Amino acid sequence: MAYGSYVIQHDLDFVIRRGEVFVIMGGSGSGKSTLLNHMVGLKQPARGDVVYDGESFWGSPPEARDALRRRLGVSFQAGALWSSMTLAENVGLPLQTFTRLPARQISEIVSLKLALVGLAGYEEFYPSEVSGGMLKRAGVARAMALDPDILFFDEPSAGLDPISSRRLDDLILELRDSLGATMVVVTHELPSIFAIADNSVFLDAETRTMIAYGNPKTLRDESPNPTVRTFLRRGAVDAAAGGAAA
Amino acid sequence: MTTATVAVEGPTLTVHDDKSGGAVLEFAGRWQSQHGITEPTSLLDELRSRAIRHVAFDASQVTAWDSGLVTFVLKLLREAVKLGIDTDRTGLPEGVQRLVALAEAVPERQTGRSDARPPWLARIGASAIATATALTAGLAFLGESLLAFQAFLRRRARFRASDLFLIIQDCGPRALGIVTLISFLIGLILGFVGAVQLQQFGASIFVANLVAVAMTREIGCIMTAIVMSGRTGAAFAAQLGTMNTNQEIDALATLGISPMEFLVLPRMLALIGMMPLLTVYSDLVGILGGAVVGVGMLGLGPIQYLEQTRDAVRVSDLLIGVAKSGVFGVVVALAGCMRGMQSGRSASAVGLAATSAVVTSIVWLIVLDGMFAVILNVLGF
Repeated sequence: MAYGSYVIQHDLDFVIRRGEVFVIMGGSGSGKSTLLNHMVGLKQPARGDVVYDGESFWGSPPEARDALRRRLGVSFQAGALWSSMTLAENVGLPLQTFTRLPARQISEIVSLKLALVGLAGYEEFYPSEVSGGMLKRAGVARAMALDPDILFFDEPSAGLDPISSRRLDDLILELRDSLGATMVVVTHELPSIFAIADNSVFLDAETRTMIAYGNPKTLRDESPNPTVRTFLRRGAVDAAAGGAAA
Repeated sequence: MTTATVAVEGPTLTVHDDKSGGAVLEFAGRWQSQHGITEPTSLLDELRSRAIRHVAFDASQVTAWDSGLVTFVLKLLREAVKLGIDTDRTGLPEGVQRLVALAEAVPERQTGRSDARPPWLARIGASAIATATALTAGLAFLGESLLAFQAFLRRRARFRASDLFLIIQDCGPRALGIVTLISFLIGLILGFVGAVQLQQFGASIFVANLVAVAMTREIGCIMTAIVMSGRTGAAFAAQLGTMNTNQEIDALATLGISPMEFLVLPRMLALIGMMPLLTVYSDLVGILGGAVVGVGMLGLGPIQYLEQTRDAVRVSDLLIGVAKSGVFGVVVALAGCMRGMQSGRSASAVGLAATSAVVTSIVWLIVLDGMFAVILNVLGF
């Protein structure tokens, strides 16, 4: 992954299993969001590929890429709702565009998705009229509109108060369990990471590559890499390793 | 014991020699930025010239300090390391010691960025590369919008009809006010200029010809285009730029909806459709403005003026104006949408996008109008 000749991350190789909550973690500026952009097809990697169920994303023709894109749902950092449309129109647009459902059925599905994220009754509100946390949840509803196989979340808890953030985590787990979708979450919030992650990858800004891969709780206790342990312990002094060395 | 005072205004700094060949820097007074703290250059020169190897501080006489003192000390310490001078910081105020330690805690990252100007050859090269990149991006945008247009013709373009109608309303009917004002006044001005000149040889009636031909062939379409570029082109750039900042365009792309079809196409269609209509309207209002001068100032009869106008305007003049306005509509819409889509993700970038949309479109409007004038002249229209 690179911007021009500036390489952000190199030699990334990991597998996300169906139905798991996978966390991409790392410090600020380590390239987590960039990696997400590569995975959802917004930015072509400088080298390498993203493979879904054995199907290459960047090696496919544009039509096949668009078809693959529709199996993914992305919830952006600040919601990224289309500001000229109401919440209902936002969630409804993918359905309108890609299905032949009649308008009444679409509006029923839209109401259901908004209800799932706790926004029932806000159909006719414009994005500028609701709070930041509601925007994020509406973004999740829009990402779920086409019942995607994989849902991506870019920093779901950034800028939310602890309770809203906790609710969003619960929502992610709940949706995974009920829809059976795979969740990919970019975050650096430790409480979130430990609450939701089945598996994770750690991007390091110094060495510019992934330096850990596995369940974050296991990594916290057993990772051979001090950077990963320090990160997962919020910078607390690494007593266990110190003891072992002494 | 020799004493030397280094000139520092407001705050004072005295250098005392100690017995072991080192020096003690005695700070006194108000060490605050507002009292003017100089660079430590002259002090360093003095330390160097006296080959001092060891420096301690005494700040007991400092009555007040702020970041000014911290910056001074940091620079001094950094240079002292280079000169191989040992420093003992214990004499500094405790707050300063802690701030200096904090500033030094994370080593300076070599980011490869500096505010130094690169050499002139490098600057010329960089701007040549930037121009080439911008040109390529412009051509790519033109190509993508043609593809979007093709998709539209095949009825496969994805956009919302309601968006198209909203944009049509915004760049058609809602622009009538400003187009009326500008066109009427331009017609009036043309009438005045013509009247003063033509009255001299008793050909006042030809004011009608002057105003009618100028409005239909040139002024109507170019004034409308300039008004629309400032009004609508800038708005397109600002809307799309803000959507880009807000990741709204990314959100479309991740759904596999082409932003070119969904956002750019309806804007281009609306403007290309509305521009010729606005131009015809502008022609009429301009002629009306001329008529006000002709009838009111020159005392021509309204019917006479109207008939003279009718005889003066050829259908080809009108059509040329309308055809040009269609092309101008493409230019204004392209410039606005392109600058918006290319906009960076910050408030200042969106402002820049709006500015450069207007500049780009006005430059191209005038260049194209000049080309039209030459080509039509050669073709004999």
